[in-house]
Amino acid sequence: MLVSENETLKNNIIKWAEELGKDRTILLPLLQRVQKKYSSISPYAMQIIADLLDIHPVEVYSVVSFYSFLNDEPKGRFVIRLCRTISCEMSGRDRIARQLQNELGIAFGETTPDSRFTLEWTNCMGMCDLGPAMMVNDVVFTEMTPEKAHEIVERCRQTFSAFALQNKQEG
Amino acid sequence: MNTKTNHDRTCRAPKSVKGYSIKTSPDKTQIGGQVTVTINDHAIKVPLGTTILEASKSLGINIPTLCNHDDLCVAGVCRICVVEVEGQRNLQAACAFPVTSPIKVRTHSRRVRHARRHILDLMLAKHYGECYSCTRNGNCELQNLAEEYGVDFYRFGHLKEPRYTVDNSSYAVVRDMDKCILCRRCIRTCIDMQEVGVLGAINRGDKTKIATFLDKPLAEVICINCGQCINRCPTAALKAKDPTDEVWAAIDDPTKHVVIQTAPSPRAAIAECFGVEPGTALTFEMNTALKRCGFNKVFDTNFTADLTIIEEGTELILRLYKALVKKDPGVAETIPQFTSCSPGWVKFIEHFYPEFLPHVSSAKSPQQMFGALIKTYYAQQNNLDPANIVSVALMPCSAKKFECNRPEMISSGYKDVDYGLTTRELAKMIKEAGVDLLKMEKSDFDDPFGSATGSGVIFGATGGVMESALRCVIELVTGKKVENLFDHAEITPVRGFEGSRIAELTIGDVGPVPDLLKHLVPDWNWLRGVTLKLGVCHGTANAKKVLEDIRNGGPFSQCQFIEFMACPGGCLGGGGQPIPTTPEIRAARARAIYAEDRRSTIRKSHENPAILSLYKEFLTDGPCGKVSHKLLHTHYVARGKYILA
Repeated sequence: MLVSENETLKNNIIKWAEELGKDRTILLPLLQRVQKKYSSISPYAMQIIADLLDIHPVEVYSVVSFYSFLNDEPKGRFVIRLCRTISCEMSGRDRIARQLQNELGIAFGETTPDSRFTLEWTNCMGMCDLGPAMMVNDVVFTEMTPEKAHEIVERCRQTFSAFALQNKQEG
Repeated sequence: MNTKTNHDRTCRAPKSVKGYSIKTSPDKTQIGGQVTVTINDHAIKVPLGTTILEASKSLGINIPTLCNHDDLCVAGVCRICVVEVEGQRNLQAACAFPVTSPIKVRTHSRRVRHARRHILDLMLAKHYGECYSCTRNGNCELQNLAEEYGVDFYRFGHLKEPRYTVDNSSYAVVRDMDKCILCRRCIRTCIDMQEVGVLGAINRGDKTKIATFLDKPLAEVICINCGQCINRCPTAALKAKDPTDEVWAAIDDPTKHVVIQTAPSPRAAIAECFGVEPGTALTFEMNTALKRCGFNKVFDTNFTADLTIIEEGTELILRLYKALVKKDPGVAETIPQFTSCSPGWVKFIEHFYPEFLPHVSSAKSPQQMFGALIKTYYAQQNNLDPANIVSVALMPCSAKKFECNRPEMISSGYKDVDYGLTTRELAKMIKEAGVDLLKMEKSDFDDPFGSATGSGVIFGATGGVMESALRCVIELVTGKKVENLFDHAEITPVRGFEGSRIAELTIGDVGPVPDLLKHLVPDWNWLRGVTLKLGVCHGTANAKKVLEDIRNGGPFSQCQFIEFMACPGGCLGGGGQPIPTTPEIRAARARAIYAEDRRSTIRKSHENPAILSLYKEFLTDGPCGKVSHKLLHTHYVARGKYILA
């Protein structure tokens, strides 16, 4: 039920805030924890956080909207981020992009209807020597080829893939 | 006397930083030490920590600013104030550069001029719209700078299509983000100065935008409509919702009887819209000008300010009587009583402290009392159909526009006040009507509410409501003249611009109960020797401090009566007042208001003959009676601050 979900969310946030030391400076670590556990930071969570840290919800929202790794709306189970910076582009990013779009049937910035995948651009990840680079959730893949992209997506599709398990355990 | 500074500028610094910061007073000379700055070859000694901007101001050198504002903390985001500091590779923002060592500064070198022009060009590239069709035409800081720096073409192009839709949802504030230059004055106003926290910057880089929580329309968030952001916006990105077209339509309609009530603050400020020094009151000239614009009757809101004092004062006396004599614990909990004149404050408490709502006086604000009386008492007396009366209110306030649209404000059977006009909008109407305000002959307010007292006038300044209430209470309870206690009946302890203050008043001997209140309390003996503690506070950031203080059982919880005003300085610094606003301008307006109080012959609300005849003829069951409860009192909504997605 929605109410009880919000209730547990609230209790979790209060617990984490106590752990981190209730102060305005813990905003980012706290947001990261919420993001990790709930894969998005709901408006309700933002208002709870604002209340706890004695700031305004709009300030929390401002921070959430600033960082692309924090999001206020749920994303897919797997967030695939492809590097769009110049060295990756020169080493054949476009082919990977096309492969991913075809594979998932969505454009960049979109989420599949079954909310399993989200496809996004990202800026440089520091893997310029091993381009094109891409990230699936927290894992970086380098020297991408369309075949490799297909393989990764397939592995993600099987829900028991390493990332799914890994995420579940950590969460 | 409890005195606090207006707002603590370091208050929002994170705790981790607070340990390293030194508490400095705004008075830089107290830090000690002087340092020489050479600005454009002119040397000047300034106290340590003075910014380049302040130093150059004292030399008479003008550095352009956009994000800098006297009421707000330093931001240094617009970069228009960049100057060249010798020995520094990059240009420095003069508003955010404190002088700590002898430096040489060039404020208008070729490099600086080019940089400023460049910054302006960049701002104009994303500034959609033309100046002709802008409400701030002629009073726009960006426009002025473009003129000063000779912008004669759009170097980086100009937007042909709007990027955003105008947010018209609120009754009071309109947001047009196409005009926004991201100076963040509104954010600092909303978060730091008012501590309401409606506006913030969202996204990043070229997608940055000033928005509300979840980018919702303003009507759906916790905006209190105080309009302080409007007063500080350098462009027309924030403006008040303008009902002048509707008002003109009503004036043009021969079947409508259009009346206007004018609050005390606009008359002390409207001259600023006509290029006159702040602090010039044009009360009676404005009356003539309003008639020339076509208003059928011009009334003085001060009349209902007096009425508010009687109603709110009676309510306070009843609360105290029930709590002290009848020992009613339910009533004792609702002391201190809070004032309810400021609609911004009312919405603030509804959103943020709904648990304190029983403390708020149920009396309506003067504007709404007048609205209810116009469509009942005035309509009866003049054989008018209230359906044909259009009641306009001239207010210094944008929240009044929201207040007159509150659904419960229909106690006359019609919308009590049809339109709220701000000072700026009236100035526009006067100009549009071709009336030269400064050359008008003087004329008085219209009957039957004609006469108002000085007590009503000072409602416009912070502490004014309290002072008026005190003048009444002292005379009604002790039976003695206020002049015996305070020089010229000026209760100076409640005046001033500190954020919050407490004044004490010990009642010595008591007199007989006046006729007006005889049916409510038998005698005053229970007030003999009682010390009344009275709080005054202005600006919602201070209101928040006072409410927290009450919650924690601090000095303010001992008060019996607290005056709250949502805007810094009270109504005279309201969101509908002429732009710009600075502490000096507000002080000048306060002087004008207090001077008008001194000029008036009757200076106490309970001596107002029109009020007395109103109680004799219309509100026959006295203050806080049945009729007055129906017409002059209201209720509040516990809104809460949580926004559901």
